[in-house]
Amino acid sequence: MTASVLSVRDLRVWYGTERGPVRAVDGVSFDLRPGETLGLVGESGCGKSTLGRGVLGLLPRGAKLDGEVGYQGRNLVTATPREVQLLRGPDLGLIFQEPLTRLNPLLRVSEHFEETLRTHEPGLSKEQIQHRGIEVLRAMGIPPTRYRAYPHEFSGGMRQRIMIALALVLRPSFVVADEPTTALDVLVEAQIISILGDLRRNFDTALLFITHNLGIVAEACDRVAVMYAGRIVEQGPVTEVFARPQHPYTRELLRSTISLATTGLHYIPGAPPDLVEPPSGCRFHPRCPSAMRVCPERFPEPVVVGPQTVECWLHGPDGLIPADGRDPLVREEITVADEA
Amino acid sequence: MYLVTRVLLFVPQVLVILTIVFVLMRVAPGDPVTVALGGQRSPEQLAELRAAAGYDRPVIVQYGEYLSGILRFDLGTTIVDSRPVTQIFAVNGGATLTLTLAAFLVALLIGLPLGLLAGRYRDTGLDASLRVFGILTYAAPVFFLGLLLQLAFARGLGWLPSSSQASPIVLARVPSETNIFLLDALLAGDTEAFWNGLEHLILPAVTLGLLLSGVFLRIVRINLIQTLRSDYVEAARARGIRERRVVVQHAFRNAMVPFVTILGLQVALLLGGAILTEQTFNWNGIGSQLVRYLDSRDYVAVQGIITLIALVVVTASLLIDIINAIIDPRVRY
Repeated sequence: MTASVLSVRDLRVWYGTERGPVRAVDGVSFDLRPGETLGLVGESGCGKSTLGRGVLGLLPRGAKLDGEVGYQGRNLVTATPREVQLLRGPDLGLIFQEPLTRLNPLLRVSEHFEETLRTHEPGLSKEQIQHRGIEVLRAMGIPPTRYRAYPHEFSGGMRQRIMIALALVLRPSFVVADEPTTALDVLVEAQIISILGDLRRNFDTALLFITHNLGIVAEACDRVAVMYAGRIVEQGPVTEVFARPQHPYTRELLRSTISLATTGLHYIPGAPPDLVEPPSGCRFHPRCPSAMRVCPERFPEPVVVGPQTVECWLHGPDGLIPADGRDPLVREEITVADEA
Repeated sequence: MYLVTRVLLFVPQVLVILTIVFVLMRVAPGDPVTVALGGQRSPEQLAELRAAAGYDRPVIVQYGEYLSGILRFDLGTTIVDSRPVTQIFAVNGGATLTLTLAAFLVALLIGLPLGLLAGRYRDTGLDASLRVFGILTYAAPVFFLGLLLQLAFARGLGWLPSSSQASPIVLARVPSETNIFLLDALLAGDTEAFWNGLEHLILPAVTLGLLLSGVFLRIVRINLIQTLRSDYVEAARARGIRERRVVVQHAFRNAMVPFVTILGLQVALLLGGAILTEQTFNWNGIGSQLVRYLDSRDYVAVQGIITLIALVVVTASLLIDIINAIIDPRVRY
């Protein structure tokens, strides 16, 4: 098995607020190999985007980062901002959710390419820059005649392809795609997904694909990580996780998917937890249909179940569960929470 | 298309302003002649002057005459010294133009970089002190700031002259060709007079420029903070663009779009400040003429000067919008 491009260990991100720190990402670990696509799924506000930004060192003012992001023998968390800045572009790429506002409205598309290439490959001539820019745009289906146009002259789907071209022109080995198709219609979505698929086939790019569309994960990803309240609760090969979900949250999430065969709508009762004061023990226990007495007591340990890694007391380890821990959880507090 | 609409809008804009000026001048009690010369002439003489100036006719006729006069570039003749108002502009306009342009330059040179620093290093000690600077320069009365500068640099240190456009001897020897002193000095090939004029320009230009720079600083700062938060700035950072370039090329350049729009409004502040600065520094421009005619209650002169100042402000805002369309490709449609 090839070595990982990126190896994340116990990553934590928190924001200071008046009520206390918001633990948006709370101890996340995963690995990505060259050419591998890891889908990151979960409800809105579970920390997916924050995790993607944290890996690239692009957190907003006031956010704190801790843990380890191993890339080429370096820990990006402790590296200087300047070091990480130089890696962003040629090594680490980011594709965004909303393409409409991501290009500078005052600069031509060509100027975006010139700026990006000049920053990271200072030796290039003007002709080489133009050649590289036009080539990568052509691969994205943008005609060379539009090279000198302004961003507002393009549609949303075209702008997303320009953004992808801008990320790919430097051939990064790791790309975070943060819901790259959420703002686009289904035809453009399919187009973008196939472009990203080509990318890993042709250039061995490792992709962290953030989405809440489980269909896309099944289609485009090798492995999937399910996030809940800042933690990855289940991780494994897509086919296995989708066929035999081991965490109750994954199961509920899969049941909530809408497809053409859907006859009734399913949803998970309750709301994602407050990240300032998260529930005790397993974060999911207040909404979990299989909650046991041990769940609110202790934080679950990561357990390997077949090809998957799961954080759920259902899978043990038995040695850590107290005598009556497996009894179903009697929850009077649920009704209190509902009234509140 | 945008520009055509914008230029067409200019006409009603001007009409509204002219009407307001006219009405305001008529709201004051008494007719201009009585107010200016009452008590100095006999009632018969006053009536004669009133009839000659047309103040015995209905207001609507006077309004029509006022408007048609402006079309012929005739703003009437002053009552106290029988000077055509347009002549005041020809003779004193150059001094005001020199002062306001220099002050504008000073304000840009101070306000833009300081606004950039304050926005970039937001919520630091530097930002806090720059914001205090911005409030102080805007809130300090122009004549007070002018007096302080005069005391420090003219009286105290003796580095710069305290008032007037140039030394009396120099003023007398340079022939008036364009009525813009610095230009006249250059035309006459008199470099010594030119430097003398420049020296005299520094204190008034800095006084008026400081007033405006505080406003510029605050506008640039707030717009920069907004653009620094924008999606394209984050996207530029994600491409590994150097922070300095992100701030200047992406955030600052985009912050200039709203800044240029607001510049049009600042022309009014600039001209208002110029009136006070000219008074403080004995600068013989339109502002000091306006104050002189106000003192002698010459409504015709005051109305004419205010009309022209209003026209300048409206024209400036038109020019600003045209400049904006050149900077921002999205406005052109």
